[in-house]
Amino acid sequence: MSQMSKIVRTLANITFPFIMIFGLYVIAHGHLTPGGGFQGGAVAASGCIMLLVAYGSAWTYEKIKVSRLSVFESLGALGFIGTAFFGLLFGGYFFNNFLVRTGIIFNVVPETGSTLADFNTAGVLPLMNFAVGVKVIAGLFVIVLVMGLASSVKEWKQ
Amino acid sequence: MTMLYNIPFIAVVAMILIGLYAVLFKRNLVKIVIGISIIESGVNLFLITLGYRWFDPNGGVAPIFTSAPSEALQNTPESMVLPVPQALTLTSIVIGVAVLALMLSLIMHIYKHYGTLDVRKIRGPEE
Amino acid sequence: MSLRTTVAVVMFSILAVILVATAIQLSFGAPMKTEMDDYIINNTQNQTGTNSGVTTIVFDYRGFDTLGEATILFAAVSGVIMIFRKVKK
Repeated sequence: MSQMSKIVRTLANITFPFIMIFGLYVIAHGHLTPGGGFQGGAVAASGCIMLLVAYGSAWTYEKIKVSRLSVFESLGALGFIGTAFFGLLFGGYFFNNFLVRTGIIFNVVPETGSTLADFNTAGVLPLMNFAVGVKVIAGLFVIVLVMGLASSVKEWKQ
Repeated sequence: MTMLYNIPFIAVVAMILIGLYAVLFKRNLVKIVIGISIIESGVNLFLITLGYRWFDPNGGVAPIFTSAPSEALQNTPESMVLPVPQALTLTSIVIGVAVLALMLSLIMHIYKHYGTLDVRKIRGPEE
Repeated sequence: MSLRTTVAVVMFSILAVILVATAIQLSFGAPMKTEMDDYIINNTQNQTGTNSGVTTIVFDYRGFDTLGEATILFAAVSGVIMIFRKVKK
């Protein structure tokens, strides 16, 4: 793909921070409102793909290599499985929620039927939300980057 | 008159039949992939529609306790929608995205090798 | 029409009749067995401390299915990268 005109590039620069902040908000408040890791990761990845469409795939591939993005995806997957294994050390079974009542952070239990949101509440869930969110962002961005780069090599055009 | 409430199920059947028509009777490869994606959307809608529970004045409420309406908090398990089918639909959507990415990559490879996208001109390994 | 098109039309019409006859008889808004979901809605705030009913099912009561889904995402991304590699002749 080639670069688009100056108007498209300027507007993509202006609207990119708003989309990323909204995506990270949906990831971070997964235990209070509808949302979570997968949904917020899809929103933030669509913001990154908008930048890729505006600037062309050849220019983007020089700034960000695929091998550096795969480190992010592996970190997300390892964080998810490591949190599950820590439950095996502290409780006795796999996927144990070891931060609910007796932990350092995220250890407040809300009252039954209350209607106000407290960020400090759920146990292991916000850590798992962040790990899965990073993994989904890196995975979707790498898929579109590789497919966009492979369609602009000289021997594919006929 | 009570058959008017079954409109979501009739919409699911219409989506599955349209997708199946696109898979069986079209010749372009991209149109077949679009038909597969329509079938997956219809199945996800069917999963969500199975878990709806009707509550008398205004209908069911989402199973979330943050800022819930007060008349829904008083009789708690019967006024909320079943949450388990919604969690299974999340997994199904992600599987649909993964299969669609792999199908489109294979279509790009087939176009580079054969030159056309017509199904009747792409034969097996006989050259 | 050839034989293949005739068989396809007959199968399609049989499937359409079966699906429409099933969709009319289903009951909308009254699921049959709800004991597991009633238990989950009643005990979410005591046992896990979450306000949301769907996220605690995805990550706490049924976390093993989320592990399988993360594996599928990883396998799809690695498959797409592998298809577009450069083969040295």
